[in-house]
Amino acid sequence: MSNTPERGYTAAHRTLEGKSALFAVFTTVAILIGGIVEIIPLFSAKAGPEMLPGVHPYSALEVAGRDIYIREGCYTCHSQMIRPMRAEILRYGEWSRAGEYAFDHPFLLGSRRMGPDLQRVGGKYPDAWHYEHMRDPRSTSPGSVMPAYTWLLRQSYDPADIQASLRALKKVGVPYTDAEVAGAPAEMQAQAQAIVDRLKQAGIDATADREVVALIAYLQRLGKDGRAAIAAGETTRTGAGARTQ
Amino acid sequence: MEYTAGSRTTETRYDDAIVKQFLIATVTWAVVGMLVGVWIALEIAYWPANLGLQWTTFGRLRPLHTNAVIFAFGGNICFTGIYYSMQRLLKTRMWNDTLSRLHFWGWQLVIVCAAVSLPLGLTQSKEYAELIWPIDILITLVWVIFAVNFFGTIAVRKVQHLYVAIWFYMSFVITIAVLHIVNSLAVPATFLRSYPIYAGLTDALVQWWYGHNAVGFFLTTPFLGLMYYFLPRIAERPVYSYRLSIIHFWALIFLYIWAGPHHLLYSSLPEWAQTLGMTFSIMLIAPSWGGMLNGLLTLRGAWDRVRTDPILKFLVVAVSFYGMSTFEGPMMSIRAVNSLSHYTNWTIGHVHSGTLGWNGMITFGIIYWLTPKLWNRPLAHPTWPTTHFWLATIGIVLYTVSMWAAGLTEGLQWRAFDAAGQLKYPNFVDIVHQLQPFYLLRLLGGLLYFTGVVMMAVNVFRTVAGPATAPAPAPAAAR
Repeated sequence: MSNTPERGYTAAHRTLEGKSALFAVFTTVAILIGGIVEIIPLFSAKAGPEMLPGVHPYSALEVAGRDIYIREGCYTCHSQMIRPMRAEILRYGEWSRAGEYAFDHPFLLGSRRMGPDLQRVGGKYPDAWHYEHMRDPRSTSPGSVMPAYTWLLRQSYDPADIQASLRALKKVGVPYTDAEVAGAPAEMQAQAQAIVDRLKQAGIDATADREVVALIAYLQRLGKDGRAAIAAGETTRTGAGARTQ
Repeated sequence: MEYTAGSRTTETRYDDAIVKQFLIATVTWAVVGMLVGVWIALEIAYWPANLGLQWTTFGRLRPLHTNAVIFAFGGNICFTGIYYSMQRLLKTRMWNDTLSRLHFWGWQLVIVCAAVSLPLGLTQSKEYAELIWPIDILITLVWVIFAVNFFGTIAVRKVQHLYVAIWFYMSFVITIAVLHIVNSLAVPATFLRSYPIYAGLTDALVQWWYGHNAVGFFLTTPFLGLMYYFLPRIAERPVYSYRLSIIHFWALIFLYIWAGPHHLLYSSLPEWAQTLGMTFSIMLIAPSWGGMLNGLLTLRGAWDRVRTDPILKFLVVAVSFYGMSTFEGPMMSIRAVNSLSHYTNWTIGHVHSGTLGWNGMITFGIIYWLTPKLWNRPLAHPTWPTTHFWLATIGIVLYTVSMWAAGLTEGLQWRAFDAAGQLKYPNFVDIVHQLQPFYLLRLLGGLLYFTGVVMMAVNVFRTVAGPATAPAPAPAAAR
């Protein structure tokens, strides 16, 4: 340390260094300010993310599929955020609006594009394409470097705890009704069966309880509500506070 | 060698057993975490490397790699250095030995839980906060134990003024607690699954407020504290400027916390938040370089020793990489630059120049300095640290240069247009294939770096297992 006599702020700081509790308080204040200024306003309708009417919560099967997407770490290679740039819009479709993520607990924007963005993948390919893609990615995308996810074709999701998931999501603000939670297992089965029927038409034998079926339901949902709402020009700011919290 | 302090009447014995435990854990987890890193680098270059198993895909091992190197390797060296230096700086033993032991074993338990749960796909998906909610609660408990012991030790200190290293440690203890709790708030659905209370872009902002400050307050401030203790001790020079340390400490901890939104540029996060994130990121250059300069200028008059002493070599290169990556980071936070760099390998290169260069190199220097002191014997292989230094340095250069090249290649090709105004490379896979040589080069760089770490582990373990020397080391023994 310097031997020069201490004056002004260095002398004051020397005093502060002797008062450890006060030092800890100042440190805490210094590290809290930025977060408070940036995060708190996002909970208000005026300064927070814009809402997009027409974006609906995920169905029970889509929630199960989204949990598989999270389990497999799909977001480590695929983003779900199309930037408002011409090259991205040409490659992937409409740029991503804030309101499209209103029911995303957690968010899955991703931070790396080892593979293409998936925000608008919903409806881009038939269900059978996704099934084959998970079985052997190179069969649908020649040259792909994605590993095969064959276990998704063998393993079953557990419909027993979907109601626990929906109840937890309801607690964090997703507007599921009690009737929707109660009817979740049946609704899940119906949506899964519809996918199985479409797979059957393409010559693929699958059962409704397979993980790949739930994942297909989720992937086919991605970006659909948003695309429809954007086409209808329904962007608005009202009610953001209620939805983003 | 200092094992005791205080006046003749009240002698203090430092707890160095806990320092040894944390040091051994650091070396062990370094090998594990970086081995997983090499493995997933291979998976990117050669996709069948997951061996067809669900537990070893890139998607599941990537979080294991990041958690292992940040919290197991990085965390344990911070605790090693903190437990060693704060006892000496405050001239007192750690306040409570039981809390020290609980902290050590609790932290290793968290790491083992992570190593088991992440390959099983049990994750919350938030980067560097993937661990499921029961483990999050365990982390909170362990952190409280550490904090109580930390502030307890400060309370019973036998010197009045807190040295600059302690300021940085304090910001680490406080800020990590705040970040971890706020970002992990979630409602459990089952014992293994929960959903965060925040949605969409609000969740994204909370996560990147956390994520960027995990870099700021887990990989920067405690390591700066280590720099402020170990660099002057090893170089045997006083810290260059007291004034600079005051200014850059307060500026750094105040500014860092604002920088998170630069991870969400061009998203639909409100514009004002993106601009704040970018602005504060650019301002961060000043306090970051203040720390770098204070470190490098502390070496004035000791530069001749850098030529011969591998430990000083590690420290000089560490501080230099700190300066380089804290220049690169703000630059990448500028919107125009970020439009090119975001989502690409450039980000991967940037992160690794900071972690391999700054965190890794300073850690190796400290380990080579502490091991002979703690176990009271010379290193089993005294020439190996120099070899390790060159392997690591060449490894980092290969890693960052290949990732810059890969990032620029894919970033430019994603946005390239042909003469008709259409995408020049409409097939994504074609661009992926252009990156193959860079991925192989990165793998080579990672392997070199990993080889150095294995040499360090062998050296440390053989030193620890070897015979203790007499109080005065035999001068000719090492020849």
